[in-house]
Amino acid sequence: MIDYYNYPDHKGHFDQFGGIFASETLMLCLKELQESYAKLKLSKAFQNEFYNDLAHYVGRPSPLYFAKRLTETVGGARIWLKREDLNHTGAHKINNTVGQILMAKAMGKKRIIAETGAGQHGVATATVAARLGLKCVVYMGEVDIQRQAINVYRMKLLGAEVISVTSGSKTLKDALNEAMRDWVANVDDTFYIIGTVAGPAPYPEMVRDFNSIVGKEAKQQFERQVGGLPDALVACVGGGSNAMGLFYEFLNDESVALYGVEAEGKGMKTGKHAASITAGDIGVLHGNRTYVMSDEDGQIIETHSISAGLDYPGVGPEHAFLHYSKRANYVLANDDEALNAFHLLTEIEGILPALESSHAVAYGMKLAQKLDKDKHIIINLSGRGDKDVHTIAALEGIKL
Amino acid sequence: MSRLEQTFIQLKKYKNKALIPFITAGHPHPLLTVPIMHSLVKNGASIIELGMPFSDPMADGIVIQESSEKAIEHGMTLDSVLDIVGEFREEDKDTPVVLMGYLNPIEKFGYEAFVETAANSGVDAVLIVDCPPEESAELLILLKRYNMNQIFLIAPTTDKQRQMYILSQASGFIYCVALKGVTGAANVEYNDLSEKIASVKSISDIPVAIGFGVKDVESALSVAEYGDAVVIGSALVSLLDRCKNQGDVESAIKSFIKPIAIAINKS
Ligand SMILES: Cc1ncc(COP(=O)(O)O)c(C=O)c1O
Repeated sequence: MIDYYNYPDHKGHFDQFGGIFASETLMLCLKELQESYAKLKLSKAFQNEFYNDLAHYVGRPSPLYFAKRLTETVGGARIWLKREDLNHTGAHKINNTVGQILMAKAMGKKRIIAETGAGQHGVATATVAARLGLKCVVYMGEVDIQRQAINVYRMKLLGAEVISVTSGSKTLKDALNEAMRDWVANVDDTFYIIGTVAGPAPYPEMVRDFNSIVGKEAKQQFERQVGGLPDALVACVGGGSNAMGLFYEFLNDESVALYGVEAEGKGMKTGKHAASITAGDIGVLHGNRTYVMSDEDGQIIETHSISAGLDYPGVGPEHAFLHYSKRANYVLANDDEALNAFHLLTEIEGILPALESSHAVAYGMKLAQKLDKDKHIIINLSGRGDKDVHTIAALEGIKL
Repeated sequence: MSRLEQTFIQLKKYKNKALIPFITAGHPHPLLTVPIMHSLVKNGASIIELGMPFSDPMADGIVIQESSEKAIEHGMTLDSVLDIVGEFREEDKDTPVVLMGYLNPIEKFGYEAFVETAANSGVDAVLIVDCPPEESAELLILLKRYNMNQIFLIAPTTDKQRQMYILSQASGFIYCVALKGVTGAANVEYNDLSEKIASVKSISDIPVAIGFGVKDVESALSVAEYGDAVVIGSALVSLLDRCKNQGDVESAIKSFIKPIAIAINKS
């Protein structure tokens, strides 16, 4: 059996995935980051400060909530929701930014940059930067700026500068390119807070570790509230940070099935989707080797998802590894299924899920239906849907 | 001996410096790339760096990004880049061609197929911006087998220890990036350049090319004194962007490249 806690190796490899595929100017800076992180990971003081911030600033632990009416409606396995939507700023993204800003502080960096898709990571970064009084610049694709107007304004209120990215497909991948370009030019004083488990090493490991609080809590809470281990975990996968965060604590628990839900968009046949593992090939993007959506010439393809946070043509290298080694299953939910799940959860549980998280809910319901009533599944409710209200209203022809 | 090594030995014999222009294959139009290459050689280029267009050129500034986008819109693929080199080689057997680009198209093509096809087309070396020596083992073996070089970069942030590591893997020449930043950066302030190059020269006698931010005779001269070769990219690409036909291209290159080639070899 594979010991999943042996990854990544010292070069940042998860078997054949991951690594550091970056331009030379960044190499020393990435090494520095790797060394600092290796030290801080073992530092009691650093970990105490991190967990203290998670408790008192983020509001952790987040509840593990039994969705009774959802369970009854579906009529299968018992459905539990890990309530990351209740975190400060409304998503799991804050777990990571709280950790990385402490790294920035420890390394004496004065300026913070970030990329964002849905704007949740941008908001979470602007938030922690405001708290520490650090200058913050957020790169965001022009298309995403339009569909996530509320989050753009939130970032500005928090004092961040939001830079509109107009190259390529004008979405998350292009925002990442632009943030990298900024970093190359400003490596001396700038810390780049990447928002998901992608990028060159040590980011996939670091972001995973900061989010692994989700699975740690869920395991304890389940043991306390139910006893034993859940039968399955379900999380949506954009870059994969909320999914890695939930899965990590359970990787060596073979009895726990893992499901990462990719965005099927308008359907696999239309080509308008963001299912990098399901439909992509092994390639290199944004500093790591992973599954990538590219055309037959290796040019990166424009993706589509109703949710900006899943609209990304790559995926974190550890997910690539979990797929390749068959530890986790990568499955699909399309735009319509996500919208239906959004409405259902809102109407019968009084919880507005983010459109990203709605993908996990949609697949979780399908899965629960197939399982016996004495089984338990945990769905990661990675964020709240307030940011998506305008998108949903517009889709349904309602003027606010 | 490789064409690159021969070129540098020739240049050294006459105490000359190499001018290495960078262009994006397929920009401003695929049919103009081979004429551009010949014209560059005619006007004093010793080596040609040919960009393989990529949709997500993370390390490039806006000029090269846009040239890549245009080339891709014109249907440029890795296959057609290799065809272009083959066509260039029919007439020019001596000028080394270095392909420059990003890894994903090569991953898709397959390393072995890529190296073999490139060798048969007359490519001499490859420079892959997002593939540092740590991740290059597989590619390096294949390139060696076909007598090709992998060109590595040394950045302003590369410390002595890492310089030693990179130089131990390098062949052909080493490319010293003069500035922190992406290609086409505006501020040409080469403060620590002389120290950096001296350090490289103390470790290895591999030829040193210097680039990033070179845009005219003056900036070319200011880096030429330290190295064996000068790379000029974004400034040339933006000039070519305004060219509509072969006539435009030839007069643009003559008025821009020739004076630089002459200047760096007078000093
Ligand atoms: C609420 C929410 N869930 C999920 C995601 C997807 O990111 P990841 O796959 O890294 O969790 C995002 C990204 O913006 C998000 O805002």
